[in-house]
Amino acid sequence: MRAALPLVIPTALIGASFGVSAATSGWGTVAPIVMSAIVFSGAAQFATLAVLGAGGSVITAIVAATLIASRFLAIGVALGPSMRGGKVRRALEGQAVVDASLILAKTGEARYGVRRLLGSTLPQYVGWSLGTVGGVLAGESIPDPKTLGLDALFPAFFLVLVWSELGDRAARVTAAAATLIAVVLIPVAPPGIPVVAASLAVLVGRVAQR
Amino acid sequence: MKQEVWIAVGVLTLVCFAIKAVGPVALGGRDLPRWAERLIVLLPAALLSALVVVQTFADGKALALDARAAGLAAALVAVALRASVLSVLLVAAGTAAGLRALT
Repeated sequence: MRAALPLVIPTALIGASFGVSAATSGWGTVAPIVMSAIVFSGAAQFATLAVLGAGGSVITAIVAATLIASRFLAIGVALGPSMRGGKVRRALEGQAVVDASLILAKTGEARYGVRRLLGSTLPQYVGWSLGTVGGVLAGESIPDPKTLGLDALFPAFFLVLVWSELGDRAARVTAAAATLIAVVLIPVAPPGIPVVAASLAVLVGRVAQR
Repeated sequence: MKQEVWIAVGVLTLVCFAIKAVGPVALGGRDLPRWAERLIVLLPAALLSALVVVQTFADGKALALDARAAGLAAALVAVALRASVLSVLLVAAGTAAGLRALT
């Protein structure tokens, strides 16, 4: 849980900016809060907001957000095997998976702990939900996350997390291949695809494994 | 607009639930074969590297070099110098914010 704490305030501020943007785009007050509390996927929520705000159809918005969220398929494959208990319980526990869980919930080689998962996601969930409430209520007085450099903070956090993996040669090869796949796909594939496609980099990394 | 928003929220609730549930439901409680475990071990490096790249260099469907890249470069230096997590985050955000304030 402690490892996730530095993210609480930045997450709340970005949640607030989602709340502000949604409320000022005619979403009302309830829909943005409900979306943050139950969809709980920042990037997918901003994608929905962007498409609808630009006059796109609901279907376009749903497809865009689904592509962004598709990386959770791959993350679920990483954490899934460590989950025990019945199917319903596993499906519910899977809802606590966020990007950072890939490292923060790890207990060993390809092993994850459910308590670590819940503990590391909870601060982020609270920050995101309460931040959205604050944004909806406070309106424009919330500072722009870009002015504060918060859009540079999240990749830096993922850099810290991935750095801890790179002691291993196969992981370094994987990271390099994933970087290349993402850079090549960003200009040609719809947002969301570059990340999920980068999971194929594990096949390249496998060659370097002993 | 209001009705469209609620349709999107409702559908995405179901879609995101399903996306996050697939792995745990299909693979939970199983002992995976060794080859699958060896691939899964590498997934964090693959996905997190790609997230760093996309969140730093993607601007919609275009590649962009802006204040975020400066923030990441500063974060990389801080990480290499074994700074604490909080320091790395402050360095990254501070660099990007400072650069934007100046330009």
